[in-house]
Amino acid sequence: MPRKIKKVEYDLYGKKITAMAEVPEEELKPLAKNEKLKYVGKDISRIDGYDKVSGTATFAFDKEMPRMAYSKILRSPHPHAEIKTINTKKAEKLAGVLKILTHENTEQISWYDGTTYVFDKHLRHEGDDIAFIVAETEEIANRAAKMIEVQYKQLPYVVTAEEAMKDDAPKLYDDGNVREPYEFTRGDFNAGLKEADETLKETFTTQVEIHNPTEPHCSVVNWDGDDLTIWDSTQTVFGVRSGIAGALGIKENKVRIIKKYMGGGFGSKLEAGKYSVMAALASKELGRPVRVALDRKEMQLAVGNRPDSNQTIKIGAKKDGTITAMSHEAFGAIGAHPSGASCFWPLRQIYKCPNIFVNNKSVYINAGRARAFRAPGHVQGTFALEGIIDDMAEKLGMDPIDFRMKNYAEKDQDSGLPYSSKRLKEAYKQGAEKIGWNRRNKKAGSTEGPVKKGIGVATQIWWGAGTPPTRATLKLNTDGSARVLCGTQDIGGGTYTILAQVAADVLEIPLKNVEVFLGDTANHPYGVTSGGSLTAPSATPAVYDAALQMKDKLISGAAAFLDIPEEQVSYKEGVFTDKNDSSNKADLPKIVDEIGENVMVTTGARGPNPDDYYINSFGAQFAEVEVDTMTGKVKVLRVVAAHDIGRVINSKTLTNQLEGGIMQGLGYALMEQRIMDKPTGKMVNVSWHDYKMATVMDTPQIDSIVVSDADYKISPVGAKGVGEPAMIPTPGAIGNAVYNAIGVRIKSLPITPDKVLDALYG
Amino acid sequence: MSEENTNKKKISRRRFITKTGAGIVGSYFLASSLKNVSAKTVTPTQPLWVDEKRLFTLHLKVNGQKVRARVTPETTLVDLLRNELNLKGTKVICGRGECGGCTVLLDDKAVYSCHTLALDAEGKEVTTIEGLLDGEKLHPLQEAFVEEDGLQCGFCTPGQIMAAYGLLLRNPNPNAEQIKYNMAGNICRCSAYPKIVKSVQTAAKNFNN
Repeated sequence: MPRKIKKVEYDLYGKKITAMAEVPEEELKPLAKNEKLKYVGKDISRIDGYDKVSGTATFAFDKEMPRMAYSKILRSPHPHAEIKTINTKKAEKLAGVLKILTHENTEQISWYDGTTYVFDKHLRHEGDDIAFIVAETEEIANRAAKMIEVQYKQLPYVVTAEEAMKDDAPKLYDDGNVREPYEFTRGDFNAGLKEADETLKETFTTQVEIHNPTEPHCSVVNWDGDDLTIWDSTQTVFGVRSGIAGALGIKENKVRIIKKYMGGGFGSKLEAGKYSVMAALASKELGRPVRVALDRKEMQLAVGNRPDSNQTIKIGAKKDGTITAMSHEAFGAIGAHPSGASCFWPLRQIYKCPNIFVNNKSVYINAGRARAFRAPGHVQGTFALEGIIDDMAEKLGMDPIDFRMKNYAEKDQDSGLPYSSKRLKEAYKQGAEKIGWNRRNKKAGSTEGPVKKGIGVATQIWWGAGTPPTRATLKLNTDGSARVLCGTQDIGGGTYTILAQVAADVLEIPLKNVEVFLGDTANHPYGVTSGGSLTAPSATPAVYDAALQMKDKLISGAAAFLDIPEEQVSYKEGVFTDKNDSSNKADLPKIVDEIGENVMVTTGARGPNPDDYYINSFGAQFAEVEVDTMTGKVKVLRVVAAHDIGRVINSKTLTNQLEGGIMQGLGYALMEQRIMDKPTGKMVNVSWHDYKMATVMDTPQIDSIVVSDADYKISPVGAKGVGEPAMIPTPGAIGNAVYNAIGVRIKSLPITPDKVLDALYG
Repeated sequence: MSEENTNKKKISRRRFITKTGAGIVGSYFLASSLKNVSAKTVTPTQPLWVDEKRLFTLHLKVNGQKVRARVTPETTLVDLLRNELNLKGTKVICGRGECGGCTVLLDDKAVYSCHTLALDAEGKEVTTIEGLLDGEKLHPLQEAFVEEDGLQCGFCTPGQIMAAYGLLLRNPNPNAEQIKYNMAGNICRCSAYPKIVKSVQTAAKNFNN
């Protein structure tokens, strides 16, 4: 089918984007509904499960090469300092030390939007990079790092956004600590507030959360002449390729990035790392492969976090429950380099509201730079919004769900476009039924006894429609086995498996005959970054297109071989048959063999998103908690998650994503937080003993409900992403459940026992 | 709830293996129990950088194979496994006994190998995730993790499975609470916890049938 590149415009993450997308002349027919398919939509075990449970999966962390050298990064012990002198002589003399790189013996390579260099003598946070030590073993590199003598000129520092915004605060940059604020207005906020019968103003705060993937950021770097190969633990092989090529000033065809397995990223691995550049520089000089792997402390300090937030929300509503106006004024700390702390989107999008005012500030402080973290802005924004929504419902004497339904948005309010699909009503309904919404305390805090139970709800909105460009190549062998190649990544969500499912269903071949290869810039066509819940909704349509093209070619070949017109060929499960003569038939390998290409190849593309619909995913989560009013401890007993995520591709990996997101949301709601020590400017709780994350002991009963079906307005596959939606509403639902249990609102995350006791007994 | 109270029906590893694996794991452990398996000697890869006087000879069994290694006193068990024996299935995640990513069995007891000195394994038997395989065949416990999808990115998975293995050796029929209690020392940042619990339950069920 002839293809043309067309310019298309649509909204992605709230930004109007113009994409060039390949569009077939005839629209692709949609993938059949799940009921008619053998693999898609079913409970299919991961095809890469074997590698992961057997210990044979090779992560970048495990990559070995002959003559590989090891490394260690020396990092700043101070929150803000300038290197006066650095002496590496003693360290260099240690037996086994191969090379030490610092700002003194390397060229300046610009980093973080030009605010710093890979090696910079100006250190802006604890954990900022100082020197790269390469040695025969990791242990020697570690020892050598301690022998480097650095004299610092310590500089004034600031480690909280609140203080950084003061006029007399130490400045990180000449133009001040506050980045250009994000402002947005819809209608007239003040006029809207005047129409209201009831108004509320509340301030919510949320904490800094650290990604903490189990596999650290790590690379193994090798040069073969001028060709650079990096095995990287990343969510974006193509993003790393352009980052590395740009940093080193070499052509992209000289850089190959490989990622087969990676141990989690959650947004912290969406870009090339300084550490990979350092390893590449050292490797080039030494003529040996170099491995770099960050340790846990470095992971906490230097490779990203979810910014904190201080959100003041005003809301006005009429007696009948109609919201008339909302404002969202917030600030958050983004660390020492450019990033964003905005968290207004849920307020702007979820509920119908004609009058909106937004002002969000991102503030520099002397700490590690913030990065995208699983639904950036939405998790903290939803916690605050859903808290005040519940409070307003109570003030109006309305049931929280009735209040939400009263302000249900039937279309996207900024573009005026209808949603491609929205099943949020069903999510409320089915979720409420499942959790037993009527068991909820009619009056908050009314359970008898010291251990009080409560139920709460929160709404989820996200984009997650996927986007072009993403391509996938399909290769079909003469025995009917197939390979799918795509330059996207499986970061644990099950991408390997879902792409195989789609190919197997279209070609009607057994799933075990499909292999999937991902994450290699040298051998795979471009695939999306695995962030923003993009992977499944972008990559599955590309594979679907490739498989349809393959099927067309096969049918054409079968028609020629069987000597009949194409319309007369029927295809079922690997056999082409003449519709008029069932004895005139041939199987798939025969046709591939006859076509004679040995490996038949097609390449499919993810088409454009529609410009006449707005695409969001939706959901509602319900939490039931138990609060011990003697100890202040909150225990989550149950979570019901009802989501509109388009088509289910794999129910097993889907529920796993939902459960995992809920558990991360639970940890964020109740325990995770970076604690900065103001007098020293350092992070206090760098270890996993002190930085608390949810464990299996915290696992509540989780019920997942999918309220949606394939949304063919998005793509012929009709899937929306689910990775981020899973986590977005959990802290909000838990916060509201805690209120329902004890009758006092905790407006600050994490909801730790001390805050509960403070709120109860002040 | 103490696991000791409810764990009445103790079972030997051999019996667990015989029952779960039927022939699957049997042949592997049969091989491992042979007396005349030749010992494998491992010396550190950094001989030039290490003072000879600081090297000690260590004898142990790893996945049934006799191993003689020369290690420094500070070498941890996980360093020996990963760096010297090239058993990369065992991961290092926190490196300081806070996450369980490096869990292996030391004489049938689940331990953090980042927190165990190699020399403390003298004369003992170490089982790693690779040791559960029979050739290329998965152990039923590993199969259960695939079937129940008890993983996402897979990095903590070897540690999770070894912790579960250690539990099932002691208590072949744990309830959900006992599983949670015994695996609380293994962090999964993807938080596939509900399915990890289910995986262990399924493995136990398969065993008991």
